[in-house]
Amino acid sequence: MKAHLTRRYRFSASHRLHNAEMSDDENRATYGKCNNPYGHGHNYALEVTVSGAVDAATGMVCNLVDLDSCVETEVLSGYHLENLNTRQEFAVTIPTTENLCIQIFDILHRRFPHAHLERVRLEETMMNSFEYVGGQELIS
Amino acid sequence: MVYLTRKAEFAASHYYHNPDFSPEENQRLFGKCNNPNGHGHNYTLEVTVKGEVDPRSGFVVDLKQLKEVMHREVLDAMDHRFLNKEVPEFFNKIPTTENLAIAIWQRLELKLQKAKLHRVRVYETQDLFVDFYGEND
Repeated sequence: MKAHLTRRYRFSASHRLHNAEMSDDENRATYGKCNNPYGHGHNYALEVTVSGAVDAATGMVCNLVDLDSCVETEVLSGYHLENLNTRQEFAVTIPTTENLCIQIFDILHRRFPHAHLERVRLEETMMNSFEYVGGQELIS
Repeated sequence: MVYLTRKAEFAASHYYHNPDFSPEENQRLFGKCNNPNGHGHNYTLEVTVKGEVDPRSGFVVDLKQLKEVMHREVLDAMDHRFLNKEVPEFFNKIPTTENLAIAIWQRLELKLQKAKLHRVRVYETQDLFVDFYGEND
């Protein structure tokens, strides 16, 4: 029987939203305070949902230790207490939470083999959250 | 179609152990959760039902009835219990959050009258929850 398991993680990082192809005025108009050249930071909350048949011998969709260590190694260690703009994947791509959400989904999709990755949900603040399901429509 | 979610909380203890595995294998797979004396969680249960809104009552489901079923079938059986020893589903099955969500679904599905079960979500902690959408998912 198939179950969906969601695990929640936290990390803190800084970023600046700025598009080099826009004028300074357009950047300020588009990104407002987020365009501050010194950057600013957030406490992000990351939710990773995986699904799969519940293994009869273990009662699990996947071992949580495997999921935790994959997320730690592949995501948190690269982003926690870092400036996102200094990361190679955001050298050109703007580190909005939309793009960060897609990036994290793509990383885990490639690197986590033990269950099907359903969804990545990222809270930038308590007021904003973003979800990505690999380009599909969100169903549930 | 409208979806309605009712929340409940219960506290229970459990441990993870598969008698088909050696003690070393159990320890490797389940780590601290393998402690036979058990440990506990404050579980949060979210039950989502779906249906059309009844034109007379304006309800998808009589919330009082849903509450009663959740209490009788789940909370009375599981709250302040040792799941492995006191809940029959777990005499021969490991009470992981996955299996708990499935067991709760099966308990509720049989007893709900008008409402159609959409999802059972069980939070083991704030940072870990499992969703079950039924056997046809």
